[in-house]
Amino acid sequence: MLQCHVKGCNSNNFPLQLSDVEIEIQETDFNPKFLRNMLSKLEWNALVKTALEINITTLPNVLPNDLDEEFLKMLHRVLLETHIKQGQMICPNCNHTYPIKDGIPNMLLSETET
Amino acid sequence: MSRPEHKAPPEIFYNEEEARKYTTNSRIQSVQAEMSLRALELLNLPDETCFLLDIGCGSGLSGEILDDEGHIWIGLDISPSMLQVALDREVEGDLFLQDIGQGMNFRPGTFDGAISISVLQWLCNADQQSHNPKSRLTRFFSTLYASLKRGARAVFQLYPENDDQCELIMNVAMRCGFEGGLVVDYPNSKKAKKYYLCLFAGQIPGGQKQQIPQALGEEKEEHDVIYSNQRIRERQKGKQRKSVKNRDWVLHKKEVARTRGKKDVPFDSKYTGRKRRPKF
Repeated sequence: MLQCHVKGCNSNNFPLQLSDVEIEIQETDFNPKFLRNMLSKLEWNALVKTALEINITTLPNVLPNDLDEEFLKMLHRVLLETHIKQGQMICPNCNHTYPIKDGIPNMLLSETET
Repeated sequence: MSRPEHKAPPEIFYNEEEARKYTTNSRIQSVQAEMSLRALELLNLPDETCFLLDIGCGSGLSGEILDDEGHIWIGLDISPSMLQVALDREVEGDLFLQDIGQGMNFRPGTFDGAISISVLQWLCNADQQSHNPKSRLTRFFSTLYASLKRGARAVFQLYPENDDQCELIMNVAMRCGFEGGLVVDYPNSKKAKKYYLCLFAGQIPGGQKQQIPQALGEEKEEHDVIYSNQRIRERQKGKQRKSVKNRDWVLHKKEVARTRGKKDVPFDSKYTGRKRRPKF
């Protein structure tokens, strides 16, 4: 969902790469309708790539046509229950690192980057 | 009343002490909750789970309202202390430490709506030498416009310092492509008066045109006297009435006077009770 917002960094700035991550799973309620709405907003390839970076290999490479319960449950697990506690996000274009601490990414830029 | 924007920049003003106030003070909480509910009402969301953005979420008071309504949200704030409080309270939404004047980095069309409680006025201040309120507002609104779904709404509750500030914010928002306007609740009350900037990111494709919602506290109060034109009607009726003092009436009066024995009653003639010409 995130792209690099450093000024002038316009191409190839998505998805941000994750590294040194610590993951935590928090159970939440399952809502298939919300997930279906969400799906149209996602870029599937980017999601699969990001998921692989944090060692989630359950997602299929190609978005399946029929959205059955099992697939949505899996998506729910990845999108809503997986939280990154520590780590950093790196922009593939300008190599800006956004540190993540206690589950809060620090998206602040320095003065020269705004 | 002193304005917090004048004291310090937001990341410094909202320190641990200020953040603690937001969790312990029940008045702040109730005011925040009330404003969040109203903002949510103004958002006019469909009756399903939506993905929302809470700009300046602070300790997540407004986020809790969003949770209660069953929405999933992402919160942005510039103050680490406030976010720490939000973490301690274990709010549901994902939190970001971000300066909204630097723009947002979400993918286009991500959110179904955005709310923001008492934040926008902070953007009008230049806290650092490199800050220019207008360019910061422009960056904020343009990136927000991009990250909202077409036809989504963004509702900002704000405390504008003066009319110029209001105008600046509106101008920048319109220039970035937003439609909409300012909704002022309870405009006649000093305390309850609240400004909500209600913006539409374009129109819903194929949907009907979005209207600025009605403000609260503008409807007529019940103990008002209803206007009535009865007095004027009666005055006009008086003008239409004809005089009863015609020739017959004069003759009758003279007759009565004579029968009562009055001495100096004039004789009747063909001139009795005649109309006087205007030139007389």
